[in-house]
Amino acid sequence: MNYKRPKADVVIVGLGWSGSTMAEELTRAGLKVVAIERGAWRDTSTSFPTTRDPDELSGSVRKDILQAPVTETYTVRNKVGQTALPMRKYHNLTLGNNVGGAGTHWAGASWRWLPFDHQPYSHVMQRYGAGQLVDGLILQDWGVTYNDLEPFYDRFEKIAGTSGTAGVINGQRQPGGNPFEGSRTSPYPTPALERSRANVLFAEAATRLGYHPFPVPSAMIGAPYKNALGLNLAPCTYCGYCQLYGCGNWSKSSPNICILPVLMQRPNFTVVTECEVIRINTTPDRKTATGVTFVDSDGNIGEQPADIVITATFTLDNTRLLLLSGISTPYDVASGQGVVGRAFTFQTLSWGFMFFENEYLNPFMNTGALATQIDDFNGDNFDHTGLGFIGGAGIQSLSNQGLPIGMAGLLPQGSPQWGKGWKQAFRKGYQNYAQIQGQGTSFAHREQFLDLDPTYKDRFGQPLLRITFDYNENDRRSGRFIRDKCVEIAREMGATQVGGDSFADRPYSGYTPWDSSHVQGGVVMGEDPRTSVQNRFQQNWDVHNLFVIGASSFPNNAGYNPTVVVGATTLWTAKAIRDLYLKNPGPLVRL
Amino acid sequence: MKRRDVIKGGLVLMATSTLASIYKPAYSKTYVGGTGAWRATPPPPLSVVDASRLVYLTPDEAKLVGAIFDVLIPADELGMGATEAGCVTFLDHQLAGPYGTAAKDYKLGPVVEGLPQQGPQSIMTPAEIYRKGLVELEQAAHAKFNRSFMELSEEQKITFLHGIENGAIAFETLKSEQFFVLLLQNVREGYLADPMYGGNRDMVGWKLVGFPGAIYDYRDWIVSKRGKKIDVHPVSLLGRA
Ligand SMILES: Cc1cc2nc3c(=O)[nH]c(=O)nc-3n(C[C@H](O)[C@H](O)[C@H](O)COP(=O)(O)OP(=O)(O)OC[C@H]3O[C@@H](n4cnc5c(N)ncnc54)[C@H](O)[C@@H]3O)c2cc1C
Ligand code: SF4
Repeated sequence: MNYKRPKADVVIVGLGWSGSTMAEELTRAGLKVVAIERGAWRDTSTSFPTTRDPDELSGSVRKDILQAPVTETYTVRNKVGQTALPMRKYHNLTLGNNVGGAGTHWAGASWRWLPFDHQPYSHVMQRYGAGQLVDGLILQDWGVTYNDLEPFYDRFEKIAGTSGTAGVINGQRQPGGNPFEGSRTSPYPTPALERSRANVLFAEAATRLGYHPFPVPSAMIGAPYKNALGLNLAPCTYCGYCQLYGCGNWSKSSPNICILPVLMQRPNFTVVTECEVIRINTTPDRKTATGVTFVDSDGNIGEQPADIVITATFTLDNTRLLLLSGISTPYDVASGQGVVGRAFTFQTLSWGFMFFENEYLNPFMNTGALATQIDDFNGDNFDHTGLGFIGGAGIQSLSNQGLPIGMAGLLPQGSPQWGKGWKQAFRKGYQNYAQIQGQGTSFAHREQFLDLDPTYKDRFGQPLLRITFDYNENDRRSGRFIRDKCVEIAREMGATQVGGDSFADRPYSGYTPWDSSHVQGGVVMGEDPRTSVQNRFQQNWDVHNLFVIGASSFPNNAGYNPTVVVGATTLWTAKAIRDLYLKNPGPLVRL
Repeated sequence: MKRRDVIKGGLVLMATSTLASIYKPAYSKTYVGGTGAWRATPPPPLSVVDASRLVYLTPDEAKLVGAIFDVLIPADELGMGATEAGCVTFLDHQLAGPYGTAAKDYKLGPVVEGLPQQGPQSIMTPAEIYRKGLVELEQAAHAKFNRSFMELSEEQKITFLHGIENGAIAFETLKSEQFFVLLLQNVREGYLADPMYGGNRDMVGWKLVGFPGAIYDYRDWIVSKRGKKIDVHPVSLLGRA
């Protein structure tokens, strides 16, 4: 049976961080907002009580909280000419599938990106010139700068209750913080958490080597805090069931604890759960969106008409929805023309792995982002002349895992993986293993893109999204450079066994253990409709009442995690809708 | 009508009819702000698996799995072996549930082998892999030693399992090394998951490494026990009778 819901002012597709942040802004402005979410409702006390949440098997092993491949998956190939195949089992992208999105189970590293990351093109051209770029690299500015976003970064941190130590406030260096960060107008809402033993060893070693360690800002609330929306957040307990888990303590900033309890008080807000949007509907001239079409849990088709359509389904599904709906021109790799699916990026990870002899690292006392970092080799914080690449990585001692099933294979080199020898090695390795992650930049390339798969379909018979991605030469060069730094610090930490790895030296796979879940681009914002899908306000160049928000808008990835930038750009767009668009609906940027 | 047909028809026609009252599907929910009704459906209560009977494996299969598991995690001075710790019970219940049927996997065709980096493409479920893999393993033992795996000496068992692990002893209907990966993963899961799932008896796996279990609050220790040994009896979600 097909049916139509009453018209709304705004329909928001997906209710993760970006969808709920937008919904809060627009309902506060008095608009009638309907959100449509594929997953089920989740709230802290019912879904993640501390009396059932600490369960490694259903959590990070069986991954019950994630979007299952049977619901939707993606096909992958490294390059044009190969046949893309579906990721049939749970893979590294570990997407969310509930109200709250991935923001419910994320790791919580909470970064503002560097001013460089928002304007990489101008910056590189000015400092090095085009010769610094490897063949095929796509580099472009966002159309919005760090300074434009600062007030929105600030606001988002005050919604999230972010913990950290400021490095630069109003241009003044602050002790203990990141000296390389963009200037802030206020300190972090809550103080940085205590450090793990591994973090301390890292900070000491990095300082001896002349680097500048600081605590990674995080979603793990550092002290009791009433957030910008009046909700009470509680301090983190270092419980160790963090990434891939909900938080039972109201301590990990998430849409579920920071926004939804407020939204649900507002009569002009409705969320329809367990419905999957399959189309953005437009007028026949494709100049105006009229709403969305969704499938409910009975397989019936519903329509939600609205004056403004906002999709907030994360990078991959945002791109897929535009392709399925025939909105804007798909990217064509042969000609390099077209925009939807273009400028797709991932993350370039490098690692230092190490074992100590007689430590008690007590790895179970951790959080998703209990990390100490140096930014000396991130962004453009160092001179790249003669290095043959741009970008770099945040290099961090990351204490985010102590659960035993996940650690059972992390053994000193040469140890048996089973039998009596395994028991001894595991017993020792468990307390003596530490890691340094180089979380590296990823720049777009003309051969990395997203389009619809010609063969594989989803449960509704619609084409899956196809990912064509491999690391490019810039990634490989920066990856090795960063790996060597990770190894240098690991040695200085006094570990007896040290190993290094640069993932970019192997073909990209969705199954590399310890790999990232960060994918960006595909629906990027920018200054030129030939190289971007949307203008600087995340407004579609062709369909003026369509806004696609989230990391899909970013034409490059930084040496950081993306979510605070997602929050800030969402707030920036919400303000443009409220203050500019509602008064005069139409293109906000005219060329 | 099947879901897929509905969608195809709907998409082509886009025929939407406005209903006087909104249609209410069985599962999808509408939460309206200000009404106070926005609690999640509670998850089913936790329960301890019933170890008294097998739910998927046959008694012979269970014995064979036990013999393999006890080589992978043997009893020694560091603690009991896999079978005594309940790892076979654990596996049996896992195979009978959504894990065993690979309920979350994408299983639509075409099924073709890809490059290693494209990930596993087989749509055989863990339950099917055990059913076939155990038969194959026994056949391979008979072919090599002329007797059951269970009758081999400790040393022979170890050498034989190394052959399965590195693929030197090959199977016909599946890859022996992939079966081994599954065996090793599952026995570790049984030994280290919360005891309510049937394994990790007396939290033996947690005691092996000093993992405190479901304590959920380390604020007292994050500084005071930094770099120091913590002697604490672990806590599980549900004990086992
Ligand atoms: C394991 C993990 C760890 C992470 N750690 C960090 C970290 O430490 N720091 C950091 O900054 N970022 C981290 N991230 C990234 C972070 O989670 C995302 O950037 C953030 O959650 C994005 O928010 P979003 O609202 O844009 O998308 P999502 O949170 O993905 O929300 C999208 C929502 O849309 C819904 N949806 C999708 N398609 C449809 C459809 N067709 N119809 C209806 N609904 C749909 C989904 O169910 C989902 O709820 C991590 C991500 C993962 C997976
Ligand atoms: S580590 Fe802290 S923030 Fe993470 S789940 Fe545990 S209590 Fe919550």
